[in-house]
Amino acid sequence: MKYVDEFRDPQKARTLIDNIRALKPALAADSAQPLQLMEFCGGHTHTIFRYGIEQMLPDWIELVHGPGCPVCVLPMGRVDDCVTLAERPDVIFTTFGDAMRVPGSKKSLLQAKADGADIRMVYSPLDALNLARKHPDRQVIFFALGFETTMPSTALTVLQAETEGIDNFSLFCNHITTVPTIKAILDSPDMRIDGFLAPGHVSMVVGEQPFEFVAHSYDKPIVITGFEPLDILQSIWMVLKQLAEKRCEVENQYARIVPSDGNTPGLEAMSKVFELREFFEWRGLGSIDHSGVKMRDEYARFDAERKFAVPNIKIADPKSCQCGEVLKGVIRPWQCKVFGSACTPETPMGALMVSTEGACAAYYNFGNLPELLAKREQLNKESVA
Amino acid sequence: MSASQNRRKLRADTITLAHGSGGKAMRDLIEDVFVGGFDNALLSQLEDQARFSLNDLAAHGDRLAMTTDCYVVDPLFFPGGDIGKLAVTGTVNDLAVGGAKPLYLSCGMIIEEGFAVEDLRRIVASMKATADAAGVAIVTGDTKVVHKGAADKLFINTAGVGVIAQGVDIGAQRAQPGDVILINGHVGDHGAAIVDARGDMALENTIETDCQPLNAMIADMLQACADIHCMRDATRGGIATVLNEFAENSQVGIRLDEAALPVRDEVRGMCEILGLDPLYLANEGKVVAIVPADAADTILHTMRQHTAGQHSAVIGEVVADNPGRVILQTGFGGERIVDMLVGEQLPRIC
Repeated sequence: MKYVDEFRDPQKARTLIDNIRALKPALAADSAQPLQLMEFCGGHTHTIFRYGIEQMLPDWIELVHGPGCPVCVLPMGRVDDCVTLAERPDVIFTTFGDAMRVPGSKKSLLQAKADGADIRMVYSPLDALNLARKHPDRQVIFFALGFETTMPSTALTVLQAETEGIDNFSLFCNHITTVPTIKAILDSPDMRIDGFLAPGHVSMVVGEQPFEFVAHSYDKPIVITGFEPLDILQSIWMVLKQLAEKRCEVENQYARIVPSDGNTPGLEAMSKVFELREFFEWRGLGSIDHSGVKMRDEYARFDAERKFAVPNIKIADPKSCQCGEVLKGVIRPWQCKVFGSACTPETPMGALMVSTEGACAAYYNFGNLPELLAKREQLNKESVA
Repeated sequence: MSASQNRRKLRADTITLAHGSGGKAMRDLIEDVFVGGFDNALLSQLEDQARFSLNDLAAHGDRLAMTTDCYVVDPLFFPGGDIGKLAVTGTVNDLAVGGAKPLYLSCGMIIEEGFAVEDLRRIVASMKATADAAGVAIVTGDTKVVHKGAADKLFINTAGVGVIAQGVDIGAQRAQPGDVILINGHVGDHGAAIVDARGDMALENTIETDCQPLNAMIADMLQACADIHCMRDATRGGIATVLNEFAENSQVGIRLDEAALPVRDEVRGMCEILGLDPLYLANEGKVVAIVPADAADTILHTMRQHTAGQHSAVIGEVVADNPGRVILQTGFGGERIVDMLVGEQLPRIC
């Protein structure tokens, strides 16, 4: 298939792996204390597992799977709010597919749908706006979530609703921002990540500039990365090459999609409709300053949070859950106490088991479970001894 | 005057509760649409059960096989098929993959009031055509009409009876290290066709279901080698689910070669857009067979002689390592485990 197979060529992959291995002498890395590279984005995590990239890499490189799966980091309280909204008899609640399964404290949207709530899966916020046009007697709420990647499309949908005077359409806004989150990870004391793969589709919107601080204030190399397996390998090589040459820069591997200054009309629409929240609650990471957006006062009538009574309940993550440590690369997913036992994709406790893009779910689905659990057992014994 | 000329006629345009009430309206429906449509001697006797001779059955083998399946697909009509074709194919294939020669089917229908008689006739005609193509007869049935909203348009149940020839012993526990894994063509067509037919994606090209009876091809495969170890049709849950069942039941490892797996470009394209995995997409005319290595070439050759098996391929092998697991060698050069699906595959956000 054109524009797909070129980026999955096994021969080119072998060449890149050779190039990566060739950098070893210039890097201070060994298998006891491997170099840690974080891919921030859930899309990258998915590619890494789908193509088995981790096993192809030498053991002196460890990939840390970051918090960039918007479905995973959604706190339980917000899911409960969704369910409350969806269960109103006057509401058609619309959502992207993979948010349906995220567990709330009582139920997921999938369960709420089974209980009779009118919940519909859509592929775009414009589908939700269409439903609002078709059902003027109902309130259509779009569950807006995602990083900057999905923000322009929801912002433009709100602007379209305003132009057409569609007043039975609103957003339940749960959009989150990338930069404050990367900063929170960099500021955490137990973090020892050596370099970053920056999210390609977020960068397509925001451009290269917002990542400068990673290179300049924190001295970490960062490479904007595409989503095909060769993109990932090439970006890993680019980060390692920076480390080998003792450079810290923002480089753009995904230049075929990402313009250096981002998507200006998209950014304009975003800033017209949204403004930063003081803080936003993340599953696994807790509260992070300025890490979410809300709708500006001018668009209050399209804001489901203001239009309807949203209970806004806070629910703490389960204590046994170690998602935060996994997200920061302090432990590997399978080292978490509840991984594969109390926490599985069928009954996820923590953020990272929720969606297939979550690191724990990826290890559970694509990894060798008995082997991983045996490894954890072994480590526990060693630490007791 | 022949029996068919005596049959009652259904003149209504839509099905109402009266057509399920046991009275004259119901007889009109049964005689005209079902008895007329399925048209065979056993059904035309209109007894409460179909009767067949044990001696005739015994001529085909030494064991009976029986299966049942319910069909609730939405939409009812989709490119390359409809619920009727599916209802016959699915049950025929469930018998065939056990090594049975399918012979007789039943047909139960649950119809929502208000359903168009014209659509019902179309579906019955499709069932008849599929049954004829598969060499089976629909010999008994039942009809219920339910209130609006109590069912989604039309649900069909079919049960089937077949006979297994002496010496054939197909079972999910029989895979052995060294065995070869075969499939009769492209995977994921049906699942992709249904997503496409729901119209949400508004894709330009049409993906057709692979819905087809497999019994003729499977009969020839068993002629070529009676000792086929495992065989299942990869319907819901796709080939990933079937292979996991084989690995678990036989306590063997299964190695799949992604590069050898036949997937149509249009199905791959849809999966790329939605973040779905063709390994988990439903099929309605695909059999996964595990066969002894020394018979693999002969069986593959036999499969390719059939329309249903033109694109047959070797997709992997059975190994002793990693018992109970299915491991995919990715086309990119890595490896990953292919597990059973948890819940439904849902499109990814971005």
